[in-house]
Amino acid sequence: MAETGQQWTEERVPVAGTELVLVRGGAGRPLVVLHDELGHPGWLRWHSALACEHTLVIPLQPGSGKSPRLDWIMSVRDLAGFYSRVLREMGFVPVDVIGFSFGGWVAAEMAANNAQQFRRMVLVGPAGIRPPGTEIEDVFINRARDYLDASVLNPSDTPEYANLYGGLQPTPEQFEAWEDARTEVARLAWAPYLVNPSLPHLLEGVSGLPTLLIWGHQDRIVPVSAAEVYRKSIAGAELVVFDQCGHHPEIEKSSEFIRVVQQFIT
Amino acid sequence: MHMMYFSERPYHPVDEEILLRNGYWGVPNKYFDPAVGARLYNEYLDEDVFAEQVGFDGIMLNEHHGLILCMGAVVDVEAAILARITKKARIILLGNPLPVVANPLRLSEELAEIDMISGGRLIPGWVRGGGTEQFANNANPAYNREYFNEAHDLIVKAWTTPGPFRWEGKHFNYKFVNPWALPLQKPHPPMWIPGIVSPETVRWCAEHRYPYVALATYLEPTVELWNIYAEAAAREGYQAGPENFGYLQKVFVAETEEKAQELGKLELYGGGMYNAIKPQWMFPPGYNSKAATKRLAHQFTDPSGEGGLFTGFEGKTLDEAKAITYGSYSRAQQTYQLIRGTPKTVIPKIRKILEILRPGIFGFWQNDGPIGHTERMNNIRLLGEEVLPAVREIAKGLGLESPLMRKPGSRPLSASGNWEPVTQSELLSSL
Repeated sequence: MAETGQQWTEERVPVAGTELVLVRGGAGRPLVVLHDELGHPGWLRWHSALACEHTLVIPLQPGSGKSPRLDWIMSVRDLAGFYSRVLREMGFVPVDVIGFSFGGWVAAEMAANNAQQFRRMVLVGPAGIRPPGTEIEDVFINRARDYLDASVLNPSDTPEYANLYGGLQPTPEQFEAWEDARTEVARLAWAPYLVNPSLPHLLEGVSGLPTLLIWGHQDRIVPVSAAEVYRKSIAGAELVVFDQCGHHPEIEKSSEFIRVVQQFIT
Repeated sequence: MHMMYFSERPYHPVDEEILLRNGYWGVPNKYFDPAVGARLYNEYLDEDVFAEQVGFDGIMLNEHHGLILCMGAVVDVEAAILARITKKARIILLGNPLPVVANPLRLSEELAEIDMISGGRLIPGWVRGGGTEQFANNANPAYNREYFNEAHDLIVKAWTTPGPFRWEGKHFNYKFVNPWALPLQKPHPPMWIPGIVSPETVRWCAEHRYPYVALATYLEPTVELWNIYAEAAAREGYQAGPENFGYLQKVFVAETEEKAQELGKLELYGGGMYNAIKPQWMFPPGYNSKAATKRLAHQFTDPSGEGGLFTGFEGKTLDEAKAITYGSYSRAQQTYQLIRGTPKTVIPKIRKILEILRPGIFGFWQNDGPIGHTERMNNIRLLGEEVLPAVREIAKGLGLESPLMRKPGSRPLSASGNWEPVTQSELLSSL
């Protein structure tokens, strides 16, 4: 049950042969949110802003803590297929989707498989395509905390980052949630690391899906050189790059982020 | 009692500060000199041969990748050489890291060849590999235990089931399993499993009736772990005995107490076991069970720092780091993590451990500090001449039968169906 003033609920939904845990909040046409490789960080300012006109539906990835692990899901394409079934069974299709980092990759795989399941797609610093000339930062060999610190350009100038992760040490609960999330991403994308070499080719077959790509110019996790490959691969995709911004435009450039996303999906 | 000799075959000529700050894994390999490596590999093989000559029953080898403490990156290479140049000692591999071996069928062939060349002296063992092994071989840690189980089952089947057959598993697929190289020992070589803390591994050993060899673990948790084994053994319908257990102990002897103490201290070179490896390299995602991750969550988030995990002595000067490192020496001896002395003074300490744990296998872990070939040989000689005969008598008196004397899993449960602990935990308080 929602606490007083809380804008979201967490619910366990029997769907697609499992019990998927969803965070849901807001009102209006649904917007599906696919979280990144460290899991859903909690309800933030951008969630509240978009929830004014949309019902945010945030599935918590199977195996990454709250939703039970599904052993048959062994690749990102498997996960994409699973989420497609979830959307169909919940009657959401076609739906707006926004995916962050690893979740952006999942959304892109879903689009490559069946673009008609989406109305509009927003990918924020998505993994999935190898950035020319460099590599995606390794979430497995680094401490989750170090990885997070590298993910924003100026941690101390990013209030929401400080609120979430600014303590000297993460809490045991945070640590465990990160480990659950990293474990599940390892199961699905250990090698090749966080990319699918066939994805750019498959995306070339996508047409008629309005797509917005959002990137931080100083993204140290998925370097911005991948943005151009994404843009070329998806016909008609728009690319917005924020300067002085890392891998989390939604908290580093929160107001601008909210504005461009609202404009795009409304 | 089966007594084995073990060394990690370390590589020392690396500045101590680098190790104190970085740990033993992940040191850039520009610090490795193959000319030194060439000398060391051969010295270590000579030491193994000498260990056989002075009376050790077995030579234990292990494998690590990119760890300056252990040059055995491909344990089967050294095992194959020993198979040819030793005569009677068992060659004990604790172990091959199954989850990081991409082709377990080839591993079954390597081991079969070693067993044949040695005249049936091979004792293979299996490990999951440390966290670092997953990174060094890019083996997915989230499937570590699944790889381990499937590779083990495939190897045993390749050794025992006439081919050709197909293997279509979850992680390994073979169209034609028909290895020409098969072990000399039938139905297959005995297998021993080393471990440190994992209850999952202990239960797995009990289910398979494989002896479990504790690698220099603290005595109290070792007792607890062995009780878990004995309990699981009872569920399998047998009473565990000394033949189900082994213990590896760091023992270093010299002619005088002073010399043993002085050289013995060098074991801590570079930080000792308490500053061994950065935690993000020790615990890759998915490598640990959920229960272990819950425990780690508290260690990692300890507000005082890293909860006893590696810190590289952050904020400490080099002298302070060394003072902390070598300051742990006397405590390490009090807790029996390190045994140092003359043959006369170490024998009663070993007796104590044998009385408490009652293992059927006892491993003598060489002083792997930078003490040089001559002192290492001296340790082996003194152990062989003065310690092994005494320990053999003690073990006989305590009724400690090795798994080669009594088949593990052959001891019947009592009529009541209740299990008895193998260890004498009440003696712990006498330490």
